[in-house]
Amino acid sequence: MPSDATAALPGPAPAQQRLVGDLVVWLLVLAELLTFGILFASFAVTRVRERALFAAGQATLDLSSGAINTVLLVSASWCVARSVHAVRADQSRTGARWLLGALTSGCGFLVLKTVEYVHKWNEGIDVAENSFYLLYVMLTGFHFLHAAVGCILFAVLWQPTRRGAYGPGNCHALETGAVFWHMVDLLWMLLFPLVYVLR
Amino acid sequence: MKRPDRIDWIWLALLAATATTWWLGEHPGATPGTPMACVVLALAAGKGVLIVRDYMELRHAPALWQRLLLGWLGLTTLILLVATVWPR
Repeated sequence: MPSDATAALPGPAPAQQRLVGDLVVWLLVLAELLTFGILFASFAVTRVRERALFAAGQATLDLSSGAINTVLLVSASWCVARSVHAVRADQSRTGARWLLGALTSGCGFLVLKTVEYVHKWNEGIDVAENSFYLLYVMLTGFHFLHAAVGCILFAVLWQPTRRGAYGPGNCHALETGAVFWHMVDLLWMLLFPLVYVLR
Repeated sequence: MKRPDRIDWIWLALLAATATTWWLGEHPGATPGTPMACVVLALAAGKGVLIVRDYMELRHAPALWQRLLLGWLGLTTLILLVATVWPR
């Protein structure tokens, strides 16, 4: 005969409904999405009022560089997702290798973006040039800082992952770092078409 | 060699969508303004849905969190679409 406790549990088991990572990082994710949402809307609305200026500004950007940056970000996301899966399967060394892959892709993004900024700076363009460059630097620069934090998290998590500090049922820190990076990736999914593609 | 699983296919889908967006940006004459904006933003939103549901693992989280993130994605994409196709 089933106990009362068993009979009172309809629907999916609680284990199937789990928010991975720390609740604090999710609250941070919400705050960042709202902040970037306002920045995205500001960029789009200002472009409605200054079409020619924004078209000229966008023409000075390198679309291919933006696309390569997208590839690097999604690849880092894939690597860190693979790392979490490996650690959950009790394969710490494999997880650490995937995390190193994520760090390499993330650093690749930072290097390429820095090259873009330096290139613009050498052309004599800065944030005071016009409203396009002001919003471009605000949006991409703020995103760059988040990507840098994500890379620092990967670097900090790598050593404990490698020595097996995380495992099945105990990879909260790694999951938290992964969620932060996926947010960085998610933001770029809208930032890339908005700044580099849409006219 | 291990067979690719869901997160591998999603990575490939994200790469393919990125390549399509890049191609559309490089060939602006291939599609007129509004349809191109719709396609580019649909691809962006599609990539966002994959990241939210699978990479962030909100498919298996309490529904509220998935609604919050997908709601943000849908609303932001809509704002960008309206601003992009707004009459000149």
